[in-house]
Amino acid sequence: MARYLANRLFTLFLTVFIAATLIWIIPRLSPVNPIDAMLGRMASGGGTIENSGAIMEQLMERFGFNDPWYVQYFLYIKNTLTFDFGLSTNSFPTPVAQMIGGALPWTIGLMMVALIITFIIGNLLGALMVWEHTPRPWKAVIPAMMVFTSMPPILSGLLLMYVFSSTLPWFPLNGAYGINVEPEWSLSFIGSVIHHGVLPAMSIVVVTFGFWALGMRGLMITVQGEDYTVLAKAKGLKKRYILYKYMIRNAILPQITAFALKIGMLVAGQVLVERIFAYPGMGKLLYDAILTQDYPVIQGVSFVIILMTALAVFLVDLIYPLIDPRIRLGG
Amino acid sequence: MSDPTNAAAPETAAPDMAGLTKRQLKRMKRFDNPWNNPKLIWGVSLLLGIVALGIFGRLFWDTDLVFTGAVMPSQAPVGFENLRGQVGLASSPLGTDVAGKDLLALLIVGAPNSLYVGVLASLIGMSLGIFLGFTAGYTGGRVDDVIRVSSDVMITIPPLLILVVVQASFGDITLTMMAVLIAAFVWQSPTRLIRAQVLSMRESGYVQMARLSGASDRHIMFREMLPNLVPYLFGSFIANVTTAIVTAVGLEVLGLGPQRVPTLGRVIYDAIDSAALTRDMWWWWGFPTVLLMVMFIGLLLINLGLDEVSNPRLRRL
Repeated sequence: MARYLANRLFTLFLTVFIAATLIWIIPRLSPVNPIDAMLGRMASGGGTIENSGAIMEQLMERFGFNDPWYVQYFLYIKNTLTFDFGLSTNSFPTPVAQMIGGALPWTIGLMMVALIITFIIGNLLGALMVWEHTPRPWKAVIPAMMVFTSMPPILSGLLLMYVFSSTLPWFPLNGAYGINVEPEWSLSFIGSVIHHGVLPAMSIVVVTFGFWALGMRGLMITVQGEDYTVLAKAKGLKKRYILYKYMIRNAILPQITAFALKIGMLVAGQVLVERIFAYPGMGKLLYDAILTQDYPVIQGVSFVIILMTALAVFLVDLIYPLIDPRIRLGG
Repeated sequence: MSDPTNAAAPETAAPDMAGLTKRQLKRMKRFDNPWNNPKLIWGVSLLLGIVALGIFGRLFWDTDLVFTGAVMPSQAPVGFENLRGQVGLASSPLGTDVAGKDLLALLIVGAPNSLYVGVLASLIGMSLGIFLGFTAGYTGGRVDDVIRVSSDVMITIPPLLILVVVQASFGDITLTMMAVLIAAFVWQSPTRLIRAQVLSMRESGYVQMARLSGASDRHIMFREMLPNLVPYLFGSFIANVTTAIVTAVGLEVLGLGPQRVPTLGRVIYDAIDSAALTRDMWWWWGFPTVLLMVMFIGLLLINLGLDEVSNPRLRRL
């Protein structure tokens, strides 16, 4: 167990470290000097700038570009690991960490809801595709529901938005809660949040549940032929009891590993969903930062999302041996 | 206990032969080619349809209409009206955007571009994966450790976020550049897959036989092992094409794709940016969305078909 844990922990740290390093190196390979770009924006906003040479010197010093690269790098790693991403250049002088702190709860909330719904619906439908007692109409309908599988959720998001928001005014077009509601722990606020969250969550669910359903289908086919299933049938156990306790329970294990790997894609997809629904989470923050070339925010958001993904994978790796006692540790 | 529903419906796939209908029995006797799979054929046809749109579209339609101001802006498709009540004209059968670009021309140029990025990125990723997977599985030891850990690490990092940083710092890039960048994130799963398969094949009878007969490492890798991996490689390739297109479209929708070449994601970006949804210009975002959906459905069908080719248990009678 100790070796397995050490192994996973090492991978986690390496992932975070490599991601942080990539985010640091890439902008420095760019031919565009960030200070030049910043001065350019200032000039385009307010005419000529006097003493631009002096300002440039000042800014170079302020951001530490005059230090040797290894000093810059170690300072950066130290700051990143303490979640100090510097100040936003667009909404100066708000710290990036504070902006991320405001956006993170929205993203995590939406993601968790979407993830849980997808996992349950996907695995149930996948099991029903194989189960021999599934009602006939369901057997025909379920495969047709899979067509959206593996699409980017912006496509489903646009369609849902058009149907349920533009054409039928059932759900709001954007935002996370109504403009006339105060963000507080009241029933009307929570109701508004749920009302606004339905379409973004649905657009993620629609494109991701099929992945689990198809995986579950393959696993159920294997479980169906196993001796214990045949024995359970011979014993005359209830059909549903066999489905839940014998078949799904045994088939679901590899799905949990896939769960971990899928989180990364889900988070990235959600960035886009938030962008089209103007949902005030990490994705919107990232998009706004791209528009205003706010590098500290872009780097901070990318790092935090990668960190979240790596942590999720790590946690699933830890939980997995608890769920499946057969797993060989240390391998 | 006998089950009345099951007895009444003998078509349901039962493990015993007695419960099969005549048609199913006939199908079992037939010597059928697993590649002759309806899902696979449908998927390939859909993708070929998009390629054909790109090739024949160029012959029959003026692709210069993708430039700003080429046609009258905000026109509805033929048979529909825009918000000003103007009927769509045959000169732009799929309508135009607010900048006066022709939608049909945008689709003809944009759709093959998305496919090109996906296929190129996946090809590069695949070649890297085959090379690294074989090296890791065959050599073992330190080399294996390094390759295994780095693919474990890289599989966790969502490509979109690193690429956002790349694009934001470098500005405009070409389609090929984008494909190469995406390829840096799609080599991990083929590497893992091939490594695992090579490890299990290394001990198999025919590989040991080849080794005893004095075959070179290269011969064993490419002549003995690789042909057995073909169905897996195809599956992995298609899955990677999907991932690559999803990533590319994601970047384009964030406004970070190539700026000078029309892509489907870029059209959607412009449409969202100009509030096409509230202006009820459904054709602007709708046609590229539908075309991308067709592309993904095609890829999904190919993937499902390939699954059935390599795993006979999934085949339906």
